[in-house]
Amino acid sequence: MMTFKLNRRTLIAAAMTVFAIGSSAHAEEAQVLDSIHFLIPGGAGGGWDGTARGTGEALTGSGLVGTATFENMSGGGGGKAIGYLIENADSNHGTLMVNSTPIVIRSLTGVFPQSFRDLTLIAGTIGDYAAIVVGKDSDINSMADLIAAYDADPSATAIGGGSVPGGMDHLVAAMAMEAAGRDALGVKYIPYDAGGKAMAALLSGEISALSTGLSEAIELANAGEVRIIGVTADERVPAAADAMTMKEQGIDMSFVNWRGFFGAPGLPADKVAAYQDAIAKMYDTPEWEVVRARNGWVNIHNSGDDFNTFLEEQEQALGDLMRKLGFL
Amino acid sequence: MLEGLLIGLETAMSFQNLAMVIAGCLIGTFIGMLPGLGPMSIIAIMIPIAISIGDPSAALILLAGVYYGAIFGGSTSSILLNAPGVAGTVASSFDGYPMAKQGKAGKALTIAAVASFAGGTIGAILLMIFAPMLSSVALLFHSAEYFALMVVGLSAIAAFAGSGQVAKAIVMTLLGLILATVGEGTLFSLPRFTGGIMDLQSGLGFVTLAMAMFALPEALFLVLKPKEAGSAGGDIKDLRITRSEARAITPVIGRQSIQGFFIGVLPGAGATIASFLGYAVERNLASKEEQAEFGKGSIKGLAAPETANNAACTGSFVPLLTLGIPGSGTTAILLGALIALNVSPGPRLMIDEPQIFWAVIMSMFIGNLILLVLNLPLIPYIAKVLSIPRNFLIPFILFFTLMGAYIGQNNATELLILVGFGVCATALKFADYPLPPLLIGFILGGMLEDNFARSMQLYDGISFIWERPMALGLLVIAAMLLVLPSYRARIARHRAGGVADGD
Repeated sequence: MMTFKLNRRTLIAAAMTVFAIGSSAHAEEAQVLDSIHFLIPGGAGGGWDGTARGTGEALTGSGLVGTATFENMSGGGGGKAIGYLIENADSNHGTLMVNSTPIVIRSLTGVFPQSFRDLTLIAGTIGDYAAIVVGKDSDINSMADLIAAYDADPSATAIGGGSVPGGMDHLVAAMAMEAAGRDALGVKYIPYDAGGKAMAALLSGEISALSTGLSEAIELANAGEVRIIGVTADERVPAAADAMTMKEQGIDMSFVNWRGFFGAPGLPADKVAAYQDAIAKMYDTPEWEVVRARNGWVNIHNSGDDFNTFLEEQEQALGDLMRKLGFL
Repeated sequence: MLEGLLIGLETAMSFQNLAMVIAGCLIGTFIGMLPGLGPMSIIAIMIPIAISIGDPSAALILLAGVYYGAIFGGSTSSILLNAPGVAGTVASSFDGYPMAKQGKAGKALTIAAVASFAGGTIGAILLMIFAPMLSSVALLFHSAEYFALMVVGLSAIAAFAGSGQVAKAIVMTLLGLILATVGEGTLFSLPRFTGGIMDLQSGLGFVTLAMAMFALPEALFLVLKPKEAGSAGGDIKDLRITRSEARAITPVIGRQSIQGFFIGVLPGAGATIASFLGYAVERNLASKEEQAEFGKGSIKGLAAPETANNAACTGSFVPLLTLGIPGSGTTAILLGALIALNVSPGPRLMIDEPQIFWAVIMSMFIGNLILLVLNLPLIPYIAKVLSIPRNFLIPFILFFTLMGAYIGQNNATELLILVGFGVCATALKFADYPLPPLLIGFILGGMLEDNFARSMQLYDGISFIWERPMALGLLVIAAMLLVLPSYRARIARHRAGGVADGD
């Protein structure tokens, strides 16, 4: 019985393999999974950059995709890359653009005229929580300390971030202060045009705390540069088991920044399917697990129509919140 | 440190890594010569190749080689075509191009090669000694100090202006500052002065503007005023530097290696400011007769920015390797490559993976040596570009200019902007307005505004100017840089008037 089962399983596996080979042969015919060109709307070293390069690494490492190339096109808060992809749609069938929650926030605030509806939705792949971090030598050890410092001298307790005012990093800091019963707009938010410069400002003591993505925070915390004082997850994240969540500290808020991939408008259906297929298969590979665990990402897979529903819901929720906080 | 050196030497001297340095330097030099393709785009092109190597030391050595090669190649096009592809070599064209026009192209390239070698090598020695200590110095700089540093950079413009040109230089600087405000400001995420044009939302591109200010007017000038443009013959016999020339540039190289390196260490400052400040400082230090030569083919004016930008490139590795903070666009791309290779730069890099840290430093020495050895014998061939009749050269300048502007952004609108500004710049050139101050104003303007806005917000006003002594000190230096040249000129005039029969 046992042998039979195994045999049947082997058979199914064999059939699956044949199917997989068949589909990849088909894909090769269509010249899609041979290579993917990742368009990154921000500079090197940021969250979008890490997501695209990590996904590329897993896809090529596992053999799902032959080669991956990357292009950084920063500007206009990501609007430049979106505009580029729409304007040159026909010559970009081999391109996937990485994006995340800001595409929703920025079309709400009107930074760029387009929204996710103008692109072909491929899939949401991961989520990254947000975090508030302080420098390694800071006196602040918890959110309570930060709020106490804010109460003592609001104008000397600046929080920095890598996004523009009204952008995601600002929104997270404001949400945390709002949830702690303080005036969300009273927080002095200092924008930096890149994550690296904001880090330098934190280490030099120019800002008291930094609002950033958890995966970037974990990397810096592991390097011994910063301490994470609050994570916007519901429960502690295994990759940063020592870092307390906001909820643990009595601040009732949570926030997930999704990240996912978009194609040019009018992308042929077979190519959309091939991209979605490659991404769906990626989750089961050990190469992906290595990349995911290293960055502390959370798998949130939304493909095609699910992705659309997810984005519409987020747009509604964020829009309500931003109106409440006075950002819109 | 000795142990580290040995580890580095062992890693860097492997056959594979030596091949990487040579390949990187060659690729960088050749692509860097094309105007518009700066180190940033070349490194971006090379990243997929570097990552596929897999070994982080080898990949970083290759990319670092490309970096120096590109800076060196960029100065070649600054000198020969007056078309700097990189902001860091703009200052090299001030005196390098006039030298080429006087038929001293070979000499100019030799000086550039020697100055680059010295700057890079001295920078690498300083990196080795200071990297551990300097990681903390960069952190003393707040936004207020960066703002003051930008003001120092702007005040150096007085040095670029020839006699009677100060007003024109200031007008052009202001124009550059105004152009820098196009696009979104950091503090207010709303588009300004874009006229509703999406392509202007993130501001004007540096490469486009640089091409429009330097390369395009050059080509148009050749067409419109063929006689005045002067034909630089293919005189490449004059490669050697005389002993007196060597004596003149040695102190320049010494000072600028050190100054350039320390400016490079500051995140955000980098090779561009180092080269402008280097030029300005050397002009102020030079004697009166030598000062008159600046901008007309002074060897000191060429050696200063060439040394400083190479030393600053090396310096910019300090915050990258010790803090994981990219100080420039190029090091930001390198940082991205390192992260993709599973290396997290930071204070622990020297402890966790010393072979990477030291191998990079050793490869800097090897890379600089290779650049010198490769380029000195090749100079006559590189300079042959100039023996091509001008009529044939014009289409090439136009081609590379248009290509460079397009490749940088992949956007056809850039071409319209380029041609539009290029025509304006040609008109200004005919009216004898200096164009470099405009570009300097543009480059520094964005950083100036960001840091000023942040300081204003942090201190709820302009009190940061007196509350932060280092910022105040820098602003005082800026004021001195502005006043000193005219004061010296007045003293000199006074003296000349008092002494009837001067020697």
